[in-house]
Amino acid sequence: MRRRGDTVFFDEPVWVESCAAVGGKKEGEGPLGARFDEIGPDNRFGQKTWEKAEKRMAELACTHALSKADVSPAAVTCALGGDLLNQCISSAFAMRGLGVPYLGLYGACSTMAEGLLLGAALISGGFADRTLCLASSHFCSAERQYRYPLEYGGQRPPSAQWTATACGAVLLRREKTKIAVTAATAGRIYDPGVTDSANMGAAMAQSAYETLRIYFRDSGTSPGDYDLILTGDLATVGHGLVRQLFAADGRPLGENYRDCGMLLYGPEQDVHAGASGCGCSAAVLCADVLPALAAGRLKTVLFCGTGALMSPTSANQGESIPGICHLVRLEGGR
Amino acid sequence: MIYLKAFLVGGLICALSQILIDRTRLTPARILSAYVVLGVALTGLGLWEPVVRFAGCGATVPLLGFGYAMAQGVRSAVAESGLLGAFTGGLTAAAGGVAAAVFFSLLAAVFFSAGDRS
Amino acid sequence: MKLNRTEYRSLYQKASPSSPSLRNVPAAFVTGGAICALGQALKTLFLQAGLTEQSAAAAVSCALIFLGVALTAARLFEKLAKWAGAGTLVPITGFANAIAAPAMEFKTEGFVLGTCVKMFSIAGPVLTFGISASVLYGLILWLAGGAA
Repeated sequence: MRRRGDTVFFDEPVWVESCAAVGGKKEGEGPLGARFDEIGPDNRFGQKTWEKAEKRMAELACTHALSKADVSPAAVTCALGGDLLNQCISSAFAMRGLGVPYLGLYGACSTMAEGLLLGAALISGGFADRTLCLASSHFCSAERQYRYPLEYGGQRPPSAQWTATACGAVLLRREKTKIAVTAATAGRIYDPGVTDSANMGAAMAQSAYETLRIYFRDSGTSPGDYDLILTGDLATVGHGLVRQLFAADGRPLGENYRDCGMLLYGPEQDVHAGASGCGCSAAVLCADVLPALAAGRLKTVLFCGTGALMSPTSANQGESIPGICHLVRLEGGR
Repeated sequence: MIYLKAFLVGGLICALSQILIDRTRLTPARILSAYVVLGVALTGLGLWEPVVRFAGCGATVPLLGFGYAMAQGVRSAVAESGLLGAFTGGLTAAAGGVAAAVFFSLLAAVFFSAGDRS
Repeated sequence: MKLNRTEYRSLYQKASPSSPSLRNVPAAFVTGGAICALGQALKTLFLQAGLTEQSAAAAVSCALIFLGVALTAARLFEKLAKWAGAGTLVPITGFANAIAAPAMEFKTEGFVLGTCVKMFSIAGPVLTFGISASVLYGLILWLAGGAA
């Protein structure tokens, strides 16, 4: 393990053992629908409340990831997970039955990248043999906490994003598999002064740009060296801004730059600027990117989780939205 | 004829509000609050009465009309019972609407729950 | 590229699409107008049934509020409002929806602390400002009347 600038390079890589994605109805109807491990056809997952539904979804993702790796919960040294709900109840409650040592995270939509970064560091540093990284969000539970009741008749502006009903779980381990975690950059907070919580892409775009810029500096690489640079979830507004910022530096991002918020839903699904929520980047990673890395269709990927770290209280107090972006480098086809 | 006038004036108020929502970042709660206060103020200044006479429900059904009803209630209550009327008049005039909204909503909450939206 | 907040704001405002007013405003006009015309029709009915002018006006409010709550309970209001925008928000039906939606939504947190407490979380300001404005107007009338 070496550190240069803000970036940690895992010279002895940490490996992705298995992953699983669980999604809701709309996510099942989207372009990645068939690649989820399980779809909850009514978004309720057999539960009475949306919070319980999200917790159930997180349980299912953990169960799928463990059974795909054919390991028992007892073999997991530590679980790292988070979600959007107050006090991260979905993840904590999902851990009630699993009996795994658990560290709760809050990174908003960057949670999966934050979990991978920490999970890999714990293994690389010798503190763990196997870690479980988890991130979930549910449209209905997020809506009632952050915005309006579900039956309230309001319109969303076109820059708004749709919270994904989705959960991703990734198992990391010390022994070699097909996918390696080889570097990670923990992001700094950037707040460009956006106060409109219906425009989170704009609030987070600068963080994504800065983290990528710092990573390219630390690693001595450039955007063209990667098969895929994936931010999540900036959606159309933030994705365009990151492109503009890099173009202004004289090194424009190519076709290899994508955003999770634009991959989860199809254009006809009426989600305005695109998807958001911890579950969005987690599910795109687990349903699409990691399998492509395992199959060798992708070799090098920069997975950059972006989070808008505001709360309803800070928004009401007129505070602008601090953004964050954590980067994890994944290499496949080993 | 009054139906057409109600349609046109009511529609115009809603269209102007939509422009306000689209062009500014005013939340619905703020716009509705502003309309009720504006309704009271316009009635107090004698400006809303003519619109009501012209457009009927086109002027009373939008939330401006809620303010109009309250202002009218206060005016007659003050004329009748002085200072006390300032406190009883507005809410008395709005009582039907408020009670209906609270009671029907409670019933709705007992028998129905919010659905999924995706 | 290093940008200050002003430069960044002009960049993201240019990148953010504006609301489709060309579609929204006519939709709000038609729906809002239709609800008002419906109110007028109800009023005619109530007047024919022998109600006084003032009672008929109150009855129209109650009927439209019932309609707003019923559409909310049937999970249709939100779908209509997504299209109609201010057309359903600004008429008294919007006030009804603003009370019914949280009442239904938060019953999972119990009838007292969920439904009854959260019921006014959106419409509360409307009542507070409306009542306060009417009291203020009443005080002004009373003072003016006392002076006269």
